[in-house]
Amino acid sequence: MNALIPLIAVIVLFLVGWLGTDQAGLYVLFGAAIPYIAIVVFFCGLVYRVVRWAASPVPFRIPTTCGQQKSLDWIRPNPVDNPYTLFGVLVRMALEILFFRSLLRNTKTELKSGPRVVYSSNIWLWLGAMAFHWSFLVILIRHMRFFTEPVPFFVTFLHQADGFFQVGVPIFYATSFILLAALSYLLLRRLFSPQLRYISLVNDYFPLFLLIGIGLSGFWLRYITKTDIVAVKELALGLVSFTPTFPESVSPLFYGHLFLVCTLFIYFPFSKLMHMAGVFLSPTRNLANNNRMVRHINPWNYPVKVHTYEEYEDDFREKMKKAGIVVEKE
Amino acid sequence: MATPTPDTIEYYKKEKLSDIDYEPPAGGWMDTPVNFRPGSWIYPGKAKHLQYLDLPNPREWVVTEKDWKLQENWKEIVLKGMSERLSKYRSFKLFMDICVRCGACADKCHFFIGGGDPKNMPVLRAELLRSIYRNDFTAIGRVLGKIVGARELTEDVIKEWFYYFFQCTECRRCSVFCPYGIDTAEITMMGRELLGLLGLYVNWVIEPVANCFRTGNHLGIQPHGLKDTLEFFADDIENATGVKVKIPINKKGAEILFVTPSGDFLADPGTFTCMGYMVLFNELDLDFTWSTYASEGGNFGLFTSHEMIKRLNAKIYAEAKRLGVKWILGGECGHMWRVMHQYMDTMNGPADFLQVPKSPITGTVFDNARSTKMVHIVEFTADLIKHGKLKLDPKRNDHIRVTLHDSCNPARALGMLEEPRYILKNVCRNFYEMPENTIREQTFCCGGGAGLGTDENMEMRLRGGLPRGNAVRYVQEKYGVNQLAAMCAIDRATLTTVCNYWAPGVLVTGIHELVANAMVLNGEKERTINLRQEEIPRAESGSAEKGGAADVR
Repeated sequence: MNALIPLIAVIVLFLVGWLGTDQAGLYVLFGAAIPYIAIVVFFCGLVYRVVRWAASPVPFRIPTTCGQQKSLDWIRPNPVDNPYTLFGVLVRMALEILFFRSLLRNTKTELKSGPRVVYSSNIWLWLGAMAFHWSFLVILIRHMRFFTEPVPFFVTFLHQADGFFQVGVPIFYATSFILLAALSYLLLRRLFSPQLRYISLVNDYFPLFLLIGIGLSGFWLRYITKTDIVAVKELALGLVSFTPTFPESVSPLFYGHLFLVCTLFIYFPFSKLMHMAGVFLSPTRNLANNNRMVRHINPWNYPVKVHTYEEYEDDFREKMKKAGIVVEKE
Repeated sequence: MATPTPDTIEYYKKEKLSDIDYEPPAGGWMDTPVNFRPGSWIYPGKAKHLQYLDLPNPREWVVTEKDWKLQENWKEIVLKGMSERLSKYRSFKLFMDICVRCGACADKCHFFIGGGDPKNMPVLRAELLRSIYRNDFTAIGRVLGKIVGARELTEDVIKEWFYYFFQCTECRRCSVFCPYGIDTAEITMMGRELLGLLGLYVNWVIEPVANCFRTGNHLGIQPHGLKDTLEFFADDIENATGVKVKIPINKKGAEILFVTPSGDFLADPGTFTCMGYMVLFNELDLDFTWSTYASEGGNFGLFTSHEMIKRLNAKIYAEAKRLGVKWILGGECGHMWRVMHQYMDTMNGPADFLQVPKSPITGTVFDNARSTKMVHIVEFTADLIKHGKLKLDPKRNDHIRVTLHDSCNPARALGMLEEPRYILKNVCRNFYEMPENTIREQTFCCGGGAGLGTDENMEMRLRGGLPRGNAVRYVQEKYGVNQLAAMCAIDRATLTTVCNYWAPGVLVTGIHELVANAMVLNGEKERTINLRQEEIPRAESGSAEKGGAADVR
């Protein structure tokens, strides 16, 4: 059920975009208005969410340490997994954000008879996540060539590198395949692992189906329909220059693809996809483990009721004196 | 023989307990109510303790009864409490928002591994709170409700929170594996704070808190009692070594204030660790003092609320100031060090009246503690050994084949991994590591941390102790390991039970017990008995040559 609703929703969204233009002729709505709205919602939403997070302070420095601390001179510290300098934190964060280091640690736990608990390395999730995120990034950057004239060198470079395994015309991009394979893996593990299925919500399936929808429709447009790329670029440049045009040679399926992309942009700031920004702010990862070296300030630190020594001595003075323990007040 | 009750290990058949089904039940988790079966939950906090601490809604109530006697406006209280915490803790807000339910944490929790209850998967533990957060604090949740994982706050939700937030030991193992560092300890701490607003505490936590507030320590040992205890230890030490150790108490102008968890005063084998400190300090002629007021290093406030951490922790710096010491030395404890390291300075600092700790024996300046002015005894002793300041005869420990249990907090909140290993390898020639996935930052909890180590919670303790117990049994079978060293008072108390059940024959020890037994003391008599007052087995010839086979990573 949690998977079915998002699947239907994504199919409907695609049809809305497609038929809304092909049948209803709402080109301005689907080709310009909604994309503009989506971009605005995405950026404003993103900023809003990050500002909201940032508005809550970090009262305590609570890094999770994953290696040897910096203590005695002759014990070699682990400056990345247990950073004690800003540079160490930056390296830790970079490894986390670029290479999902924590996920790479993943293990699989099994219970054998005995009982015997057995742990084995499990890099599939890491592999799937890396494959998806990186190919998605490459594809995003590749799409920059539609929005830029002249196309920046790095976009051209990526476009060529991605199309290295040319198997005919149009150029076959490795990432098109990797993206869909990775997303399928991420979806299938959610559907077939009993534990994952148990915890998965509509909020988990929807972005997966949405991304698969975007990937498939893009794949279709490029490799099957072979839509008029030049016309698509004309449309894209029109959007960028705020003079939208809707060339007739653009396949109506394209508007289905575009509408799914817009949905993603609009949905993004209100969803778990915000982990993209959130990972930068995580206090267990982005702080140095220098707690005993440098005092961390809590902006809302307030006085609390304590049991002072004087009160303590009042409670126990006679007993202390009898036991020969020195007291402040005789 | 009487029929065993659920608070004893005899009640639990190993075959049955380890027949674990990881398959979640049919039907959604929101529709699966809590089953309060005996052995899996903890008695409620007594009203008198809540009253003493000025905590809300003090009353007597029963977990298995329907009516938990919550306040009229309990719902409003919880939601207001949540809103307040969301604006005060970025961790809480962020962790409510960014989880993608990737499932990497699922099989990292010792309670899930040992029990299979899906709500002990860290992700689902957090969803217990997140579902309410979505319902009352997000637009999508408000509109779409259950379909997007939102649900209404009901008394059943509160009961579920109580059950599962007291089935988390805040060990942070899952946080190591989370790609966003989501820390279930934070989630559990928030959950417990919210429960606290309704007067829902467990007695195993709140009684020690009340004791600690009044007497300075969790066990409620009064000043004269502490003095008696230490004198009793000194007698035992004299009996074992022939050396009469000094016991400075509340001594003004001492150089060092020594603070250790009060578990070390009462429960074996922690007591032997305490004797170990006493032997060490005496041999060094260290200018230190015990304090009857700051007689607790541990801090069950950590298992109660942030405010309670601060209320209990305040005495440490206050006492250091009153006594005019230069710096503070802390004993072997786990959660104590989470507090001393990650909270104390922020809450009750700055300790500008103290000096940067410097070992009077070696001259080493502990620059890593230059702000808190508090050094861990394992750091202190490792430094002593490195500088050759201790005369050690590790052969005396040759009958011991030891492994190290990395305690959760020293491992995952400090990263104190090599110091204890260095000491152990120098005081015992047979040191063996447990499997890689069960030590260092991946270490497993004893199953009784965060205030869960009480006998009425025995089923969960044994389940939670399975991964650790299993790793111990592995080295017991493979290397003949017969002692498990732990630098945590809760470990020393609860791992004894875990080992008795999952790896019978393995004893639990503190690090400084082994240190003191290996130390050659000035003016000592022939050492024939150890600090446990047990005969030291004569080293058989050749048995020691395999020693020092410690795996070094």
